[in-house]
Amino acid sequence: MTDLTAPPSRYTFRFDRWAPALLLAIALLAYVVIALYTGQSQYLTVDNLISVLGRSIALGITAVGQTFAILVASIDLSVASLISAVSVLTSVIMNGNPAMVIPAVAAALALGLVVGLINGLIITRLEVNPLIATLGMSLIIQGCLSAFVSNFAGSVPPEFQVFAYGGFGSLSYSLIFLAILAVAAWFVLRHTRFGSDIYAVGGNKDAARVAGIKTARVTIGAHILCSLCAAMAGLYLASRLRSGAPWIGNDGVYDLESIAVVVIGGTILAGGRGGIWGTMAGVIIFSLIDSIFNLAGVDAFAKQVLRGIIIVAAVAFYAVRSKRLVA
Amino acid sequence: MTEQTLPQADRRKRQLPQINPVYFVLAALIIAIIVMNPAFAEPIGYMNFLKRAAPLAILAAGQLYVIVSGGFDLSVGSVITLVVVGSSILSNNDPNSTWWVIATMFAIGAGVGLINGLVVCYLKVPSLIATLGMMITLNGVAFMWSGGSPRGYLTDQFRFFGRFNIPDLPLIRILPVALIVLIVLGFALYWLMHRTNLGRMIHAIGDNPRAANLAGVPVNRVRILAFMISSLSAVAAGIMLGGFAGVSTDVGTGYELQAITAAVLGGAQLLGGRGSVPAAIAGALTLNAIFTLLNFLGLPQPIRQVVQGLILIAAVAVAMQRRKHTGR
Amino acid sequence: MSDTPVIAMAHISKSFPGVRALNDVSFACHAGQVHALVGENGAGKSTLIKILSGVYRPDAGNIVLNGANANFKHPVESLRAGISVIYQEFSLLPERTVAQNIFLGREPRKGVVLDHAAMRAETRRVLDLFGAGTRVSPDALVADLDVATQQMVEIAKAISLDARVVVMDEPTAALNEAECEVLFATVDKLRERGTAIIYITHRMREVTRLADRVTVLKDGEVAAHFETPPAPDAIVRAMVGRDIADYYAPPATQAEIGAPVLTVRNGGNAFLHHIDLDLRAGEIVGFAGIQGAGRVALAMALFGQVPFTTGTVTLNGANAAFANPRDAIRGGVGLLPGDRKAEALVLMQSVRDNGLLTARAFAPLVGTQKSNAHASLTSMDALLDQMQVKATSYEQDIKFLSGGNQQKAVLARWLALKPKVLIFIEPTRGIDVNAKAGIYHLMRDLARAGTAIMMISSDLPEVIGAADRILVMRAGSIVAQFPHGAAETDIMLAATGETEVAA
Repeated sequence: MTDLTAPPSRYTFRFDRWAPALLLAIALLAYVVIALYTGQSQYLTVDNLISVLGRSIALGITAVGQTFAILVASIDLSVASLISAVSVLTSVIMNGNPAMVIPAVAAALALGLVVGLINGLIITRLEVNPLIATLGMSLIIQGCLSAFVSNFAGSVPPEFQVFAYGGFGSLSYSLIFLAILAVAAWFVLRHTRFGSDIYAVGGNKDAARVAGIKTARVTIGAHILCSLCAAMAGLYLASRLRSGAPWIGNDGVYDLESIAVVVIGGTILAGGRGGIWGTMAGVIIFSLIDSIFNLAGVDAFAKQVLRGIIIVAAVAFYAVRSKRLVA
Repeated sequence: MTEQTLPQADRRKRQLPQINPVYFVLAALIIAIIVMNPAFAEPIGYMNFLKRAAPLAILAAGQLYVIVSGGFDLSVGSVITLVVVGSSILSNNDPNSTWWVIATMFAIGAGVGLINGLVVCYLKVPSLIATLGMMITLNGVAFMWSGGSPRGYLTDQFRFFGRFNIPDLPLIRILPVALIVLIVLGFALYWLMHRTNLGRMIHAIGDNPRAANLAGVPVNRVRILAFMISSLSAVAAGIMLGGFAGVSTDVGTGYELQAITAAVLGGAQLLGGRGSVPAAIAGALTLNAIFTLLNFLGLPQPIRQVVQGLILIAAVAVAMQRRKHTGR
Repeated sequence: MSDTPVIAMAHISKSFPGVRALNDVSFACHAGQVHALVGENGAGKSTLIKILSGVYRPDAGNIVLNGANANFKHPVESLRAGISVIYQEFSLLPERTVAQNIFLGREPRKGVVLDHAAMRAETRRVLDLFGAGTRVSPDALVADLDVATQQMVEIAKAISLDARVVVMDEPTAALNEAECEVLFATVDKLRERGTAIIYITHRMREVTRLADRVTVLKDGEVAAHFETPPAPDAIVRAMVGRDIADYYAPPATQAEIGAPVLTVRNGGNAFLHHIDLDLRAGEIVGFAGIQGAGRVALAMALFGQVPFTTGTVTLNGANAAFANPRDAIRGGVGLLPGDRKAEALVLMQSVRDNGLLTARAFAPLVGTQKSNAHASLTSMDALLDQMQVKATSYEQDIKFLSGGNQQKAVLARWLALKPKVLIFIEPTRGIDVNAKAGIYHLMRDLARAGTAIMMISSDLPEVIGAADRILVMRAGSIVAQFPHGAAETDIMLAATGETEVAA
């Protein structure tokens, strides 16, 4: 089949590279049109757009991590459970006591680190398919969590609620945090050897190995970053809800939605291509879609139905042109 | 190449039928349960066990079709929910409605499987994403249909398949209808997978879709059928679960992962090409036996999830190591 | 130039289950010299290179690099020791830039931050060393480069690693004539720099153009060694070294060749232009050409996988412009793919299931596995017996069989359906020498029985020996036709476009 791989003429314009920007423009346009059409032009301000984004902070933080997992040709379906576990853990440790904020944050990040490490080890050392490894991990985390709590647990002191509710004017701290996180992720991917190794391992594992890259370590590192991001999303949600809820991760469908925004952002599921800015575009697109539903007055259940369809459609948007057979 | 180098003794060993380890595990678990609770050896004990395990067994056998074809079907749990919620609304407490409601549910199941298959084959969405999307969508539909809080209950006629026992039989004393359904559907699914051309085609597309396509296998048609069989088995499982579960919007939650775990326990190869219906059913019984054992040990319900997660990972890890050592 | 070799492999032997790949092979390469390693497919060239680079460990023998023992356990070790292997399948990352690929895994850094500027500058310097600086930008994505340029990136990578030994595995396989010249010039530059080059090929023209020394491998042993560039005839004699008449089945007589079965007029698509073709009953038509010349595209067009968009195709007078493989098979066309593992075998299934795959694909889906209109378990077993497929049992997974036996099982798949046209792509790739003859005779038997056969092969001696008529393709068109037994050089000239040969 080698004969067929070289197309007769080479196009320098690559649709896939511009697709996230295109989708973002379409979503923005749709938002403006719906707002005008329904006579709600008061929502067409910069402040309002910022608040639209503010509703997707947790998704954004999770998606930054998921980008690493997918770039290295893996995937993480345990983020939603981890978010729940972290939100409960922090809220219980803090228990309203401002002095416990730092220990709680440390514990949350430590949990993320351990979960990411175990995910990575199961995938690289035991060679378990990443889907199954992280699904299993998700069951384990959720089971442990449900064994201890079934309702709101602990409480978050006001000092930590600032994370979700404080800000400079309409610009919240959490949004700034997400922006900084995205820049940091970009820096790692673009300017460090680890970032370069992630693209190499995701793009062609054998080539990476022959070049002397320790592929297992890179995969484990990507999973640790992914779980750390999920832990930070859990911290944010604890701060936002003022208490830990064991269902918060699964209610937000953060596993599937984080994968969806990464894919909409042009990172391919097979790994090795994509980047953080696409993911950010994907997050903005998702929050715009949410706002469009709100403007149009779609009820909560119908919204869920539409979400499922949109996620599949988004993946199909990229996948349908590929000649590969999928299962 | 191996055939020239195998010594005589090895050659003979190879020809012995290899027994799937899941059967030994199941036997060991059953012995353990009987030791802890001798009542389990009584017909009432094991018949009730089989009755409760029947829906998962059918679901696992259906899931196996998708797994052998190279994919995953994560929408089956939401199909179960939709069947239970939808049936209670449609039947509207009218005993005469049972048959057409069941027919409607199978039609819905066929439709769901068809859509899953079409999305995977023609929109090229990986089955994991496609069926997860279907799961979210169907759960939303179940919410919309029931207005968020399902009311009513299922008629006794509808509950017949999951709950009813045929009483006063010699030797076995009772025979649950669910067990009869399991035997009939289990045999049908076994026959389809292991005795017909369709079964071989499903193996082939899961093993190497490109080669199957170049050998003339109608890859898309076969894949769509696999998804439809999985969805239809979920409808059957939903009808049976309706027999003993209450009507709620989370009745099917988690069943998709239990079905995958059961199939993997039965030695099904993830990403396609190998799997056995009887072993998947044995995998489902094994999973239920483990849950039963955990109950006897007095462990809290959520521990089930933890154990299931560990089993899922361990089963795949063990299979990977075995394959590496034996080359299989 | 000293006479101590940079690298010396002594008395290397290597066996795989059932196959003796190398037997007591010694091979050395000197600084500033090109040592050509020549041999037919399956002669053991790749195995020798994989041992050199640490992919395989030898069963016996020793490797010495610059006087020190160098038995590598991992490709990384050989890379660090200064041995760069450029395989036919490049190990480049298509979605990364040229500079990122060249410095993969060893990027220059300032502190923890990658030094992109230094990477770019060094890449440009290395590319300029062999005059490729104008062709390639360090910031270009590899996916946007053509094959020849990608190869330059691989060579640049070797230079930047300061490799003392560069191994090139059939580097011209995918190049056109002009690109070949660029490559040859690059090799000359490397030689001037004092690099030791191991150049694997089976093309005589390249040997005479480049080689300082030549070693010929045949059936895993050194068949000949030349300290100075020998005459091409001597190499060919050493390469083949057996009675050709016995190896290939005799060609068809005039009487055996029948009427055209499959006819294409002015066929074309994105990869093919103005294809006129007749495949006749009883005739084996061989297709020669460089990689990317459109031979596989033509096969896939006839088979409906990537159909023609223009022109007419008829099979026994009826329209045969098939839209997919299933239609093509139904119409009487069969195809044995070139990459057995990726395109033909269902590895986890049994030998018998592999043989029955196509017959079952055209039987009712809910019909029994035991028999159908085309084949049954017993008829398939008889077919496999007749082809002498070696397996412990036909229930055995096909992945345990040797390449030759696997190929026979794939062939059985088609024999069960008795196609009118059968297309073979690289029918003997990865098959050991003894099994090759069996495949050639099976092809001839099929032709005698009235099948029209199209054979695509990159092994030119095979095309010349096995085909009754040879068509040469270049850039998506059929450019020349030769009779059975034509000269290798004439075909090569037509394939690379140095001269137009009238059809």
